[in-house]
Amino acid sequence: MEPGTHDLRVLIGRQRLCDVLFEGLGAFMLLMSLFILAALFINLAIEGLARLQPDFFLDFPSRRAGQAGILSAWVGSVLVMLVTAAAALPVGVAAGIWLEEYAPKNWLTDVVEINVTNLAGVPSIIYGLLALGLLVHQFRLGESILTAGLTLGMMILPVVIVSTREAIRAVPQTIREAAYGLGASRWRVTRDHVLPYSVAGILTGVIIGLSRAIGETAPIITIGALTFIAFLPPAPVSAVPPFINFEWLSSPFTVLPIQMFNWISRPDPAFQSNAAAAGLVLVILTLFMNAMAIWLRYRARKRIKW
Amino acid sequence: MLPQQTQHILCAAMIQRPLQPTGIPMRHDVRLLPVLVVLCIAACADSEVDGGPPGPPRPVPTPLVQIDGSSTVYPVTEAVAEEFQARRGGRVRVTVGVSGTGGGFKKFCRGETQISNASRPILEQEIQACAAAGVRYIELPVAFDALTVVVNPQNTWIDSISIEELATMWRPEAQGTVSKWSDVNPSWPGHPLRLFGPGADSGTFDYFTEATVGKAKSSRGDFTASEDDNVLVTGIANDANALGFFGLAYYSENRDRLRALAIRNGSGPAVAPSLQSVADGSYTPLSRPIFIYANADAVNRRPELREFVEFYLTHAQDLIREVGYVPLPDEAYQLALARLSRGDTGSVFEGHSEVGVRVEELLQRTPK
Repeated sequence: MEPGTHDLRVLIGRQRLCDVLFEGLGAFMLLMSLFILAALFINLAIEGLARLQPDFFLDFPSRRAGQAGILSAWVGSVLVMLVTAAAALPVGVAAGIWLEEYAPKNWLTDVVEINVTNLAGVPSIIYGLLALGLLVHQFRLGESILTAGLTLGMMILPVVIVSTREAIRAVPQTIREAAYGLGASRWRVTRDHVLPYSVAGILTGVIIGLSRAIGETAPIITIGALTFIAFLPPAPVSAVPPFINFEWLSSPFTVLPIQMFNWISRPDPAFQSNAAAAGLVLVILTLFMNAMAIWLRYRARKRIKW
Repeated sequence: MLPQQTQHILCAAMIQRPLQPTGIPMRHDVRLLPVLVVLCIAACADSEVDGGPPGPPRPVPTPLVQIDGSSTVYPVTEAVAEEFQARRGGRVRVTVGVSGTGGGFKKFCRGETQISNASRPILEQEIQACAAAGVRYIELPVAFDALTVVVNPQNTWIDSISIEELATMWRPEAQGTVSKWSDVNPSWPGHPLRLFGPGADSGTFDYFTEATVGKAKSSRGDFTASEDDNVLVTGIANDANALGFFGLAYYSENRDRLRALAIRNGSGPAVAPSLQSVADGSYTPLSRPIFIYANADAVNRRPELREFVEFYLTHAQDLIREVGYVPLPDEAYQLALARLSRGDTGSVFEGHSEVGVRVEELLQRTPK
């Protein structure tokens, strides 16, 4: 018996060593990626922080670096994100619900599923080319906020669909069965039980999709977003009837990443700190959106009582 | 497409909470509200963009001048657009894009823009595309762009370079055979020669190869290429054996990190790039005029567009100096304004660029 126990101890010792090594490796990798993120952020902050004055947010771009601001860029980014969310949310959630709750299991839905998953991996420039051909030239929507929003909406659609499905799948089958047992129709079950319980996961997916979209440059450049815009789109609300208008949808626009891109390639080095400041705003915006996703998920989880 | 009136009614009906028979609003339907609102927005927005049936009268939209094209011309046009909008107090909107000279002409000939920025004259193919679409244009030189050949400040063996030496360095046959400075000129040291230049899609690259090697786009491929000139600046500033070229403005901003070479053309004296030598035409052949092309019919139809072009030609001199480019001589702007007021359409280049032509001469030719 004695040698057997000894062997066992050696084996356990070796496994423990592996555990420790793997733990160390994992922690090291995590620290590395955090360090890189922090280094990038600090680098941007050192270069751009001085430019982050209120004026920077309230000024239009200019040929003089000191007077240039990101007003048209951040307004453009916000409006484009609004259209993106309005386009991707209903379509994506509906598609996710259908695939998960309604779709029959046959080869057709298999094909749809495989395609949705593949679409998530398509490079964003492809969506830009699609939008250029379809939205800009075919539907004649021009280089407008609507075009950009729909393009980015298409791009994040797979993310929204996949996260909707995952959130729905996390709702226990017993909940559905209990509701069916009480005589609820499929739509009532989905609306009153499945959707409320999965809303946190869905919102997380949407926000993560949006925070990817807000930093996206390639598809927006492809559809021909402009670089120098020193005016704002028409206001969506006004004091005279009909109070709300949608002219802003067809307005030319620019967005933060494009403004940044333009400043980086300037000969005057003063524009580099403008670009860094715009980058800082973009990073903070993304972090804020991700934080909101976490908070929403936390809040919605607390509400659920099964 | 539904009539707009019907859409509004539909939307209003959708947003109203349906009542249960008892008259108590159904609780859960509130959740659907955002979705319905979004659908309404989508439905209403549709008719807006398609131009749809006329709704209630709307105020006249602010006129919009759309400009796109070369990234070389962009800083000049941007400065003019900024100043013009400031002077007009926002009553005219101007947008400037950067699609490259070729991309700009594509949009221009489709009628999507009214002005195209171009760092080279319009090409035969583009002339045909514009003609097919019925777009007539006025060709207006607005400034000079000077290519600067630069080396690292630690380079001690060279102050000037001849066009022939540049050709030896850059022609396609040099790939693999000219890899040391001494391969170009035996009196130079045997250090490795590392070359930097803009990418093959840029008009700057086209012009440099045409002016040195003699044929546009004809160049060796083994050099460090970047569309971002700041990458070239950094590359040359960090490599004692480097040589590269880009626009004068990038050199002017980086005088402390780079050294510009004087250029010897044929048997002439070496001429260093400067505002003076470019403006008086002695820095040749590496300086060229850059252009805007204005849609002739739009200029005649839209007073604000004509005002913008006139503003461009009258205020360009100061603004151009400010952004680091070289303005044309006074006389050239007068000739350009005259061409605008006569409405002479067409190009004087007959579909191909020319190297080393004086800009006044260009403006005195009759465009075809």
